[in-house]
Amino acid sequence: MHLMYFTEQPMAAYDANEGRRYGATALTFSNKNFDPVEGSRLYNEYLEEYILADECGADGIMLNEHHNAPFCMQAKCNVFASILAAVTKKVKIVLLGNPLPLAENPIRLAEELAMIDMISKGRLVSGFVRGGGQEQLATGVNPAFNRERFEEAHDLIVKTWTTPGPFRWEGTHYQHRVVNPWAVPLQKPYPRVWIPGVLSKETIIWAARQRYPYIALNTAIDATKNIWKLYCDSAREVGYEAGPENFGYLIRVHVQDDEERAIRNARQYMWMQGEFTGLAHPVWANPAGYFSPSGRRAFVEFAVGRAKNPRGSPTFEEQIASTMIIAGTPKQVIERLKMLIEETRPGIMGFWGNDGVVPAEDRRNCIRLLCQEVMPAVREHGKKIGLRSPFDVGAPVSIAYSNDLRMPAAAAE
Amino acid sequence: MSSLGPDKRAKGETRMASPVAWAESSIVVAGLRMHLMQAGSGPAVLVLHHDVGTPDRLAFYDRLAERFTVLVPHHPGWGKSERPAWARHVRDLAAIYQWLLADRKIGPVSLAGLGFGGWIAAEMASLAPREFAKLVLVAPMGIKPPEGEIMDQAIVSYIAYPQAGFHDQARFRDIYGDVTTDQLEAWDIAREMCFRLAWKPYMYNPALPHLLGGVRAPALIVWGDDDRIVPRSAGEAYVRALGNARMETVRACGHFAEMEQPEELARIISQFLAA
Repeated sequence: MHLMYFTEQPMAAYDANEGRRYGATALTFSNKNFDPVEGSRLYNEYLEEYILADECGADGIMLNEHHNAPFCMQAKCNVFASILAAVTKKVKIVLLGNPLPLAENPIRLAEELAMIDMISKGRLVSGFVRGGGQEQLATGVNPAFNRERFEEAHDLIVKTWTTPGPFRWEGTHYQHRVVNPWAVPLQKPYPRVWIPGVLSKETIIWAARQRYPYIALNTAIDATKNIWKLYCDSAREVGYEAGPENFGYLIRVHVQDDEERAIRNARQYMWMQGEFTGLAHPVWANPAGYFSPSGRRAFVEFAVGRAKNPRGSPTFEEQIASTMIIAGTPKQVIERLKMLIEETRPGIMGFWGNDGVVPAEDRRNCIRLLCQEVMPAVREHGKKIGLRSPFDVGAPVSIAYSNDLRMPAAAAE
Repeated sequence: MSSLGPDKRAKGETRMASPVAWAESSIVVAGLRMHLMQAGSGPAVLVLHHDVGTPDRLAFYDRLAERFTVLVPHHPGWGKSERPAWARHVRDLAAIYQWLLADRKIGPVSLAGLGFGGWIAAEMASLAPREFAKLVLVAPMGIKPPEGEIMDQAIVSYIAYPQAGFHDQARFRDIYGDVTTDQLEAWDIAREMCFRLAWKPYMYNPALPHLLGGVRAPALIVWGDDDRIVPRSAGEAYVRALGNARMETVRACGHFAEMEQPEELARIISQFLAA
């Protein structure tokens, strides 16, 4: 298994009461509530914590980015990735990921990622995302073309990484006269691409057709199994059998030496309450055109308060019960995780260790226990039950580099 | 006037069977199936609806149809008209409507554009400055307001946006009632079309004021005195850009003048078109 440490990098020092008073903690919640002195302290603490995770034996550090909200301080995951490329030694730097549609110039992204790959000596995993609805609004990018831009930017970046320049790109959303960047990835054919997601069926199918591992972001067990099934079916259609190396699972897991402290800190996961991106208006999370047309009817009902959030809004206790949050001593946590990986069978796992306002020493202790006690036990158990990562099995980077594809039955006839 | 309950809503013209005989047809323009409603006789008026789409029957349409041949299409991508997946600009809709008029061989035509539809009408006139009999723009989008900004529907809820277009919320309830899920869905689709055509810059074309000076048709700009969606300064900019134009104000009226003050708006427009 490939086991990663993750945190949203919360801007935990802002006054949460201000957000409650305003009624939203995203998009239009004023950045006057952001304190750069505290921001500077937190950025540096988070950086030290990543270095600790590397030293304590994590396989990967998972990074992401968001905008206009206190729940995530990373406005550009490539910035932290660049620093980690230089200051860490062994961990994979796993970006989950760069929001492609937000890029007006995907070539620039391809260059940045190639630089990170070279500086880290080939430790980059370059995940891509569509970006949340609010990210489109925060960056002024048209939500109606989100998926088209995602797919086209991906195709352009992969071509940039794999085809010697110069070449010209005349796409629907991107046009480039001369594609010929003098920074190309160290890893060949190109760095691994993993696709994280929550519920868009289109993204799952797209990832399966590319043969990119899909990382389910803290979905419930049943939902996760449904995702795998859809992925497996889509994989079969293009000629391969998906296995644990195609599946990743991000889970919130906080560990301390004593259970009470672990539970107390784990309650901070609720800090990022309401919508996925904090407390927000539904139309910000799903601006028109961003969401799948098949979900339009359910969404508009939810948006005006006539239906429940399709993502649900379970309580802390319910999330503990359903293992969407795991908290306790290493021993307790290991037992829960063993059960969880037996149920969901991922080859890649992200441990979302800290969120909200957790004291710095507790955050560091959580990382030490996760990396030194929990990860080895989970890795061992995973091995026993046949959970192997893309690195373990030498999986092809994408469908285009697969030499084990079966002709689909219909085509073979 | 207290709020109108369902029993009183029967008074609201919009929910009543229209006294005017409307013919509905499905036509193909630019390869797109389009929905067109037509009624009345006399000089032809093409009515172009708002960004939020249009109810099928409005007292305003009926009043106009008493004196004119009124054509009310659903914009491509709105209501019952097919989406042009390739369209990227309001000018694309302007070209589609020129095509529609050419196919129907009606002329000379006047244009009456409502809000977003006013922008389409202005684009049509700028592209064919000799073409139209008269031009009526009711609180048109399309020009960057010199003062204030066009209200951005991207960050407000489906119901809050149309509500903002009414001076009197009782009139909103008359028209939309409790707002059906079908209506919410239609508003989401309408919103997506607005994004596809006018995301950035939002709801205006920086070139338009420079292109309106050639328009030969006399123009009337109408503004509600309580329009919270398009600032009145944009109307003044239209008057300056068009040259042969004047402005009228409708009292106790928001952005959706045809729904809020149908009689008054129909009277103003009829008078202008008949003069």
